Amino acid sequence: MPAKTYVQTTINGEHVDFLCEPRQSLLECLRDEIGLTGTKEGCNDGNCGACTVNIDGRIVTSCLVLGVEAEGADIETIEGVADGSNLHPLQLAFLENAALQCGICTPGFIISSKALLEQNPNPSEHEIRFWLANNLCRCTGYDKIVRAVQDAAKRLQEA
Amino acid sequence: MDSFEYHRPSTQKQASLLLTSSPRAHVVSGNTDLLGEMKQGLVHPESLVSLADVEGMKVFHINGNESKLGSMVTLSDIVDSKYLKVNFPALVEAAASVATPQIRSIGTLGGNLCQRPRCWYYRSPLFDCLKKGGNKCFAVGGLDKYHSIIGGEKCWIVHPSDIAVALTALDAKVKIFGPSGYKNMKIDDFFVGPGIDIHNENVLKEGEFVSSIEISCDDKSSSTFLKFKERQSMDFALASAAVSISLAEGKIHRAGVALGGIAPIPWRLQEIEEYMMGIPIDDLRCSDEFSAKVESSLGDAKPMSENNAYKIDLAISHLKRALDKVIQDLC
Ligand SMILES: Cc1cc2nc3c(=O)[nH]c(=O)nc-3n(C[C@H](O)[C@H](O)[C@H](O)COP(=O)(O)OP(=O)(O)OC[C@H]3O[C@@H](n4cnc5c(N)ncnc54)[C@H](O)[C@@H]3O)c2cc1C
Ligand code: SF4
Ligand code: FES
Ligand code: FES
Repeated sequence: MPAKTYVQTTINGEHVDFLCEPRQSLLECLRDEIGLTGTKEGCNDGNCGACTVNIDGRIVTSCLVLGVEAEGADIETIEGVADGSNLHPLQLAFLENAALQCGICTPGFIISSKALLEQNPNPSEHEIRFWLANNLCRCTGYDKIVRAVQDAAKRLQEA
Repeated sequence: MDSFEYHRPSTQKQASLLLTSSPRAHVVSGNTDLLGEMKQGLVHPESLVSLADVEGMKVFHINGNESKLGSMVTLSDIVDSKYLKVNFPALVEAAASVATPQIRSIGTLGGNLCQRPRCWYYRSPLFDCLKKGGNKCFAVGGLDKYHSIIGGEKCWIVHPSDIAVALTALDAKVKIFGPSGYKNMKIDDFFVGPGIDIHNENVLKEGEFVSSIEISCDDKSSSTFLKFKERQSMDFALASAAVSISLAEGKIHRAGVALGGIAPIPWRLQEIEEYMMGIPIDDLRCSDEFSAKVESSLGDAKPMSENNAYKIDLAISHLKRALDKVIQDLC
């Protein structure tokens, strides 16, 4: 059995240490070693964005990051978006705008959109679509997702 | 995916030593390309040597009109740089056209230049093609829509890097670190086509890696990069064009013109560059002779079949638009 490496990170504000083999992706570590299964696997090659997490303020596809490369990283996953049982405005907007069907793409869309709204609180439709280029959805046809992000932007600005 | 060791050295010297210590050691930066290759079983590293903690590799050094960018600068860093946007728009436009926010945030300058080809036979573990040591190019007589129309020989890949095309037009210099220290070269000498080396796309030898890139601009200069993608949200280039022009007393004293998505290396159009030298920029705008030169600049192209012949028109039309834009900027 290959030697495991000890990795220290912060995940959703909490200190999390884990052991992994160098060949395990961060996505595998999150799901299989740490038990955070909210982050989804789609393509496993950087194309679909289902595995998107935020590392040190930047969104990344966690299937293209090794667990060992996350040493010292501050990671945000979908599990950290709601405040206890209070959903984040983006989550509410996705629900109320029916911006999901099967839901496998949703954690990635929420993490990506959240990063966008943090940098650009009032994005245009074009900016939203440009930013979400790495998040694929095979169910909704995207319009409802774009509308949900616009709605969330409004809610966040009013809050 | 096979097991491997993972190293995170802190100096270039250590990195180079680690790379020479095993024939199957691979250098890794953002891993957005290499990890995909490993998952497909295209490479089987014994160890990965990460440049993430190597000191000095993220430098972003500006000195007047000269810039030095460490190879670990991310594509997002390039897109976000106001200085680069003003002085080297072609580089920023090329970086912004690469992939997506998720990939640009970890993908690096050095990794982008050294990424491996996207030929689908190469990327599929099912095809043991010439580039991988097999005895056949499957693109010949196969699905060749995305392959090269010029500069191919035995292997017909197109070089996948958008940044390489912009940096060719900007006459960048590549600084390499290796077992015998630093080495500088023109970007044209860095990339090699299949006629010279069918297995590698650049001249890097064991233990060597890209350390930084140097570019310079003039007081009166402009540049641009244009790319055509089949899928608008994200895609590699079907064709792209980069143009960079500098003026001195109204006349062109530096011109860089390169095409992407059509050849195994960034394709420099030296004849067009030479034609432009010394000409007053206003004269260029309405020169029929120049237009004709541009129109026929891919006269030597030999598409593999009717499936990829469309690339000639696509590349030329992007070249014309890129030239128009830069000339207009400077007029
Ligand atoms: C979904 C997707 C879409 C993409 N779209 C585009 C696109 O439109 N345009 C484009 O240009 N690219 C595209 N890419 C490729 C991506 O941009 C590049 O993979 C990225 O810039 C590579 O940088 P990296 O640091 O992640 O490289 P890595 O994966 O770390 O390395 C890539 C290769 O270069 C070698 N290497 C890394 N650093 C160095 C160095 N300093 N010196 C020498 N060798 C080195 C590695 O050994 C490896 O073989 C895409 C990739 C994906 C996954
Ligand atoms: S074009 Fe090159 S990489 Fe693609 S199948 Fe032919 S030899 Fe292999
Ligand atoms: S699973 Fe990572 S991008 Fe699709
Ligand atoms: S809701 Fe099913 S893929 Fe997006």
